Amino acid sequence: MNTDEVERLLGRILPTVQKPGRYTGGELNQIVKEWSTIPTRMALAFPDIYDLGMSNLGLAILYDILNRQSDVLAERVYLPWSDMEAAMRQANLPLYSLESKHPISEFDILGVSLPYETLYTNTLNLLDLSGIPLRGEERTGGHPLVIAGGHAALNPEPMAAFIDAFVIGEGEEVILEIVRTFKDWKTRQEPRGTLLESLAQIWGVYVPSLYEAHYLEDGTLSHIETRSEKAPVPVLKRIVPKLPPPLTRFIVPFIDVTHNRVPIEIMRGCTRGCRFCQAGMITRPVRQRPVAEILDAVEKALAHTGFEEVGLLSLSSSDYGPILELVRGVNERFAGRHLNVSLPSLRIETFSAELMESLKESSRRSGFTLAPEAATERMREIINKPVSTEQLLDTAREIFSRGWHTIKLYFMIGHPSETLEDVRAIADLCKAVLKEGRRIIGKRAQVNAGVSTFVPKPHTSFQWVPVDATDQIQAKQELLKKELRGPGLKLNWNKPEETLLEAWLSRGDRRMGEVILRAWQHGAKFDAWQEHFRYDLWMRAFDDVGLNPDFYTLRERPIDETLPWDHIDAAVKKQFLTEDYLWSLNGRTRIDCRERCFACGILPKYADLRRAHPGETWECPEVRSPRHKSHAKDHLPTPA
Amino acid sequence: METTAYRYRLTFCKEESVRFTSHLDLHRAWERTFRRAGLPLAYRQGFNPRPRINIGSALPLGYTSKAELLDFWLEEELDTKTIARALTRAQAPGLPVREVRRIETRQPALQAQINSASYLVRLDDPPPGLLIQTTVDGLMNAASLPRERRGKSYDLRPLIETLLVKREGDAVQLEMTLSAREAATGRPGEVLRAMDLDPACAHIQRTKLIITQLEEN
Repeated sequence: MNTDEVERLLGRILPTVQKPGRYTGGELNQIVKEWSTIPTRMALAFPDIYDLGMSNLGLAILYDILNRQSDVLAERVYLPWSDMEAAMRQANLPLYSLESKHPISEFDILGVSLPYETLYTNTLNLLDLSGIPLRGEERTGGHPLVIAGGHAALNPEPMAAFIDAFVIGEGEEVILEIVRTFKDWKTRQEPRGTLLESLAQIWGVYVPSLYEAHYLEDGTLSHIETRSEKAPVPVLKRIVPKLPPPLTRFIVPFIDVTHNRVPIEIMRGCTRGCRFCQAGMITRPVRQRPVAEILDAVEKALAHTGFEEVGLLSLSSSDYGPILELVRGVNERFAGRHLNVSLPSLRIETFSAELMESLKESSRRSGFTLAPEAATERMREIINKPVSTEQLLDTAREIFSRGWHTIKLYFMIGHPSETLEDVRAIADLCKAVLKEGRRIIGKRAQVNAGVSTFVPKPHTSFQWVPVDATDQIQAKQELLKKELRGPGLKLNWNKPEETLLEAWLSRGDRRMGEVILRAWQHGAKFDAWQEHFRYDLWMRAFDDVGLNPDFYTLRERPIDETLPWDHIDAAVKKQFLTEDYLWSLNGRTRIDCRERCFACGILPKYADLRRAHPGETWECPEVRSPRHKSHAKDHLPTPA
Repeated sequence: METTAYRYRLTFCKEESVRFTSHLDLHRAWERTFRRAGLPLAYRQGFNPRPRINIGSALPLGYTSKAELLDFWLEEELDTKTIARALTRAQAPGLPVREVRRIETRQPALQAQINSASYLVRLDDPPPGLLIQTTVDGLMNAASLPRERRGKSYDLRPLIETLLVKREGDAVQLEMTLSAREAATGRPGEVLRAMDLDPACAHIQRTKLIITQLEEN
């Protein structure tokens, strides 16, 4: 189908669907290049609707990097909402790019962002709507190369059958190496297999078809066999040694999207080591951007976009070293500009309330959010988030007395060894916080508790832990529902079924791919949307495939079991995670690793990079020992 | 209390690529354009200060326009040419600037000044010109045209000021001027439906917003 035909059909369909502005493109700062003269064309996909996808910083960065290349073009694609999907299927309109309205199947490469696992069925839907065979093995030279990256790709196995190559780790550099490799292959006109083998040679690229999984009789993984000598084991995640200057030319959507703001990443990674937190492990080492670079980027981004809000993003904003200098700088430079500055992910320290208040014009609409995660000190020691209840109450007092009415508290239930008493403590803590609020500002005080259920994630210290049984979760939730009633209190929770889905998908092996496929065939999509999620379809899919869902969730995995993601190296050693897991069972905590190095494995693996970027670029202590040198060379593939 | 501010009127187009941008979203698109242009917009005071921008007469989703009107207030008095240049440099795609004029600050609200609106309608699959002329004549000669909108009945006839068939070779277009006063707004889609034509198969462009002449001060 040509682009005129796509436009013509769109003219007919768009007046009949909700929020047609999702499907038109044409926003400020989008980049449209001349299709016919650019040799390599890449479609960047977020497998959910535009409203969510437009707020994804990772894709925005790749879009910018790719389009800076004169011989590459990158265009965007998102999934249509149900009404648009029905209309497109009825009109035989394939999925198309927003910029030039070319069908996705005509691109050379389709890059899919997978930040979380509940996008897997959507990814199949995306391929299907594009007319691309779902399974990698069914694709030929005429089909786009399908690649994927993002946090979920750190366990690529459940999607191994559908994705030709995964980017493990950070994309800023590797994306260009992939594109170059593709371009060379295309000019040589060799078979698709050659392309896949060349891609596997790039540091941080995992080509699943070059690996085969073997299982033991009890269903656990025996080992991973390589099918080509060009397939490395393990595949070490890619990092950029120093964060490049932040993106400033963001696309400005015409319609209202999830985050209407300039997102500026101030720091990548986290040194705190919370044991449930996957992001904290897989984004190591911690790298900070200089204050001046951030301020300049805000200035430029505002001039390029006109946005009225800036988000200064990181996993733990108050851990950003020069945070005071940054906040002071923002105030000095942007005062009187009616600018909203948000500093999400603040830690529970009274200092946090001070920080927020010093951002004078920042909005108070949405309340103040803190994430204690657990309510007893015993539990906080187990998860390695050791803040005291007194600290939390002090902070709450600061927040209420500085003018906020609402405090949101995030908790997780289902942590290892948790009892009903630990859960009851969540309710008690919320009430204690509310009591402080009442004392300070009276009846306007409000406490919203968000209680999610813990999912043990790959590459974390808790990766061996079972998911809490459904009846356990229900009992804990019932207790909270009973206790957290009354004026000033609100409770949000997740259905246990939603937790199970996340657990199956994030902890799955290759066989899970068949379950995902069956579930999608039965109609599963938009699993992350409560109104769309259908547990029954997933149960049917497990049944069809003959796998037991409990195998992936209820089983405590022995320390010596081969895990489905063991051949993916997130650079934190399994030995370190094992030790940390055992520490947790003994209630032993670790301090911030900026204070003291616990030898997680990052430094030896990236010793050469570290040496090339000494000083304050990384929050790790300096590498001094020369004995790391030869060791690191073995692990670190040379960038192509 | 509003502070002293200088009032201007902007005329802009809404092109094909942005015809699915809603009135509310359009408002925000202009706020951002003013911010990019670095113009000192005046803000409404209050708990949540908003920039003082006012777009007259909401354009229905899917229509294009050659002549939308927007009033804005600046904290400083600036030359209209300077403003127009800054806005043009910063303009969002599909929303070109046509004209900026300085207007009397104490005029009534923009919407209160708008009297009627003209539209040009191109039909995908028009009936023969002669037939369409007969339908138009029937409509214009009717004493009343009772219609319903959101469960409320109203008379469409007095809202139609002019309705003309325009022929250019084989192409048949409709030109209409409809009342656009508050609580008395005629919609081109309703006129088409009254003619038994499907508004989904029509390209509708607003060509003019007609303002009540104000007496000179």
